[in-house]
Amino acid sequence: MYYLDPHIHMVSRITDDYETLARMGCVGVSEPAFWPGFDRGSAEGFRDYFRQLTEYEPKRAAQFGLKHYTWLCINAKEAENVELSREVIRMIPEFLDCPNVLGIGEIGLNKNTRNESTIFLEHVELAVRYEQPILIHTPHLEDKYMGTRMILDMLTGDSRLDRGRVLVDHVEEHTVRHVLENGFWAGMTLYPVSKCTPARAADIVEMYGPERLLVNSAGDWGPSRPTAVPDFIVEMRRRGHPESLIRRIVYENPLEFFRQSGHFEYTPPDVPEAAAIET
Amino acid sequence: MPTPMAAEAVLNREFLEIRAKLLEIAASLDRIDRGGGSVEGDSRMDLILEGLSLLREDGVARAEAIQLLFSRQYDENWREQYKLAPRKA
Repeated sequence: MYYLDPHIHMVSRITDDYETLARMGCVGVSEPAFWPGFDRGSAEGFRDYFRQLTEYEPKRAAQFGLKHYTWLCINAKEAENVELSREVIRMIPEFLDCPNVLGIGEIGLNKNTRNESTIFLEHVELAVRYEQPILIHTPHLEDKYMGTRMILDMLTGDSRLDRGRVLVDHVEEHTVRHVLENGFWAGMTLYPVSKCTPARAADIVEMYGPERLLVNSAGDWGPSRPTAVPDFIVEMRRRGHPESLIRRIVYENPLEFFRQSGHFEYTPPDVPEAAAIET
Repeated sequence: MPTPMAAEAVLNREFLEIRAKLLEIAASLDRIDRGGGSVEGDSRMDLILEGLSLLREDGVARAEAIQLLFSRQYDENWREQYKLAPRKA
């Protein structure tokens, strides 16, 4: 089954992973800007990172027939440095016309601080000014519920936002309802220990339906599986869900969300879709 | 949208997995008991024990309840505490 991974950090993955994704049926990846495991010392460090995301990764993905899309921001963790964040935010418009840039992301909260909230709101201003879709990171573990509610409070407090162009990621059982009921897209991240498992993601689909739901691997430099979306496909098949439902979540929904970006270009593969993942 | 699997089929599929997870929790608690020192008064132990009791509740969404148990609470007045601008809507 063809699928897209709407949230994966390929700068942290080896080239073999692109090949594995292609073999598993992945036709495109979307890579939000994130924290690379260490704090960068200057805005110029972010300029290099944004060039990597907009120039180098699309070429690396193309070697295996994958489309590479990206989102730009300063992540929530480094957003604690307000001065640096504002320098980076001022730089982002230079990159918004790059052909693989879909919008602003992954902005969000990490420890739910005042500085993080300030920079989150300034990113939202940027997105509104440049009419960009938004991809949002929600915090981990004990901070997730509070942080997600704070994020939703900030988003719903701004009547200029089109909620259908905002994806709130890393939802779990206690946050998904708040996100969907407010009209936003929700992403389930299949990640060991701190986020969702394929089985729990399938549970959430059964409880809430497929409308505005996405699944992703968030594969990055930590313990994570870049092939987590195929794991979800297998779990859904094992439960007896129809292919049409699975395809909607892993292929049609990401396309529907991405098509709202002015830059999104996608041509479906011209070879018949094979059941690449056997149960 | 219900699960296409009947309750008995789910139990058949997951019984050994659930058994294994219970054993892992039991072994972890035994390991804590065997370790030196004490965790008496550690609020994390209270959370774990409360979580275990939640599993026996009927008629609640247990996974959501466990998530909320291990979560910081949301304060609707957070903006005032942070002295952020009020909502624009």
